[in-house]
Amino acid sequence: MSALQASGRGGAALETAGAWLLALVWILPLGYALWAAIHPSAYSAHFVLDAPLTVENFVRAWNAAPFARYFLNTFILVTMILAAQLVLCTLAAYAFARFSFAGRDLAFILVLLQLMIMPDVLIVENYRTMSALGIVDTIPAIGLPYMASAFGIFLLRQTFKSVPRELDEAARVEGAGPLAVLLKVYVPLAKPVYIAYGLVSVSYHWNNFLWPLIVTNSVNTRPLTVGLQIFASTDQGIDWSVITAATLMTSAPLLLAFLLFQRQFVQSFMRAGIR
Amino acid sequence: MHGPETKLATAVVPPPRWRVSPQIHGWLLLLPASVLLATFTHFPAVATIIDSFYSTPKGRRAAVLVGADNYQAMLADPVFWRAVSNNIVYAASVIPLTMALALAMALWVNGRIPGRPFLRLSFFTPTVLPMIAVANIWLFFYAPGYGLLDQMLGALGVPTPNWLGDQHTALICLIAVAVWKDAGFFMIFYLAALQQVSPQLAEAAAIEGASRWYFFRRVTFPLLMPTTLFVLINAIINSFRLIDHVVVMTQGGPDNATALLLFYIYEAGFKFWDTAYAATLTVVLLALLAFFALGQFVVLDRRIHYQ
Repeated sequence: MSALQASGRGGAALETAGAWLLALVWILPLGYALWAAIHPSAYSAHFVLDAPLTVENFVRAWNAAPFARYFLNTFILVTMILAAQLVLCTLAAYAFARFSFAGRDLAFILVLLQLMIMPDVLIVENYRTMSALGIVDTIPAIGLPYMASAFGIFLLRQTFKSVPRELDEAARVEGAGPLAVLLKVYVPLAKPVYIAYGLVSVSYHWNNFLWPLIVTNSVNTRPLTVGLQIFASTDQGIDWSVITAATLMTSAPLLLAFLLFQRQFVQSFMRAGIR
Repeated sequence: MHGPETKLATAVVPPPRWRVSPQIHGWLLLLPASVLLATFTHFPAVATIIDSFYSTPKGRRAAVLVGADNYQAMLADPVFWRAVSNNIVYAASVIPLTMALALAMALWVNGRIPGRPFLRLSFFTPTVLPMIAVANIWLFFYAPGYGLLDQMLGALGVPTPNWLGDQHTALICLIAVAVWKDAGFFMIFYLAALQQVSPQLAEAAAIEGASRWYFFRRVTFPLLMPTTLFVLINAIINSFRLIDHVVVMTQGGPDNATALLLFYIYEAGFKFWDTAYAATLTVVLLALLAFFALGQFVVLDRRIHYQ
């Protein structure tokens, strides 16, 4: 018995070591980026404890490309997408959850189709559509394909369905119309889900790259990811210190938000996954 | 909004506005989302299939119907086959590795391991970083000579290939990045599921003297099955959808060794501007995704029944 316990303890120690090793490997890229960004270029591949600290890499990166504009573009983009998603998905989810109308089940299947056939793979035809609409190289063109989100509709529909009918009926009896019931009963009760969905959506679109790369071609529309890529691949050669500084800069808002609100982030992603 | 007639409506019968038109209300609520979905998902999916039977319009020459020509060209195109086989190798490596690591991470973070907050932070961080940004950092890891990997292996005296420049290692390098990026994301779903498992089950098993491995195999893992299916479908989709790291790190090279299907579509459509061929390639991708979509519906069905 005691031998078994001892081997159990040894196994646990080994497991802990394994978990820690994996965690260190997982944090290594970020750790390296931090190292290279706050030390002079000479130390970017040369790791000594007495390397001098500097903020010059950030200054150089900031001045080398219109990052302020890229930040603004990304900010406009994620705000626009999230606002549209919240409105459109709420209305559609409400329809699916609480109204019976002809063709509802078929419509729901057509919505779910987007979970598999995401806008990310329809780049050729969507580019053609944007050209036809004459809005290539505009921020709305980056956001439009993502605004009606099947994921959001599905998530909110599940939430709305779990709202007790009695609350709904009580509000109706008091004379509230369909939209008033939605705003007074359903939306407040779904607040945690909205936060969860919002976080997932913002991080997705902050990080999205391929479609914005295709549909933008000027400084005034490019989001951070595309700006960073153009900066890293053409402007800089291979000055790792400046590239890592730029990389950290572009990820900083999300990363800081995540570090500050870690629990909420993790719980939000969980909530989005459970349903 | 609050007309006198609604005040008069009795408690038993809903106000007339509610009785008249659940049909119209339903469709009106759905209208804005369905217009966008139809324009940017359903229409392009159908248009892709139609365009694959036409030629690429060039200058003043409009697209003409060419039947299966594009498909024949595709079947005879070695790069297409290379992209397909690359994508299969990529998916077959990334998916099981990511899922196994995600599950292990979730079990660790859910248990009583020392330093849990750090582990959770470390595993989840890649999820919030843009792929485009981390790919740039990983570029340095793989850089020949002075890169981190070469420095570490060089210290041990191990000879190193040119990681991203060598046909045999380039795809492996991208697989490593993808696993690193997604494992923590999927960990969250497993973690959520593990927290629903009653701790009394583990207590009962411990009293019965069941080993941890036995308990995992016979109790935890079966209970996690719906989550595993959900994660699997998402992992499959991601392995066909995400090519940011290819664009940043290899551009499909060397010699197409890292060209994935979507990357080849991107090249055909936006570098060679052969939109008809890009549409044809997209049809293959859509067919693959539609195939997995059936699986997704089964999963969603099961998940709905749990509610």
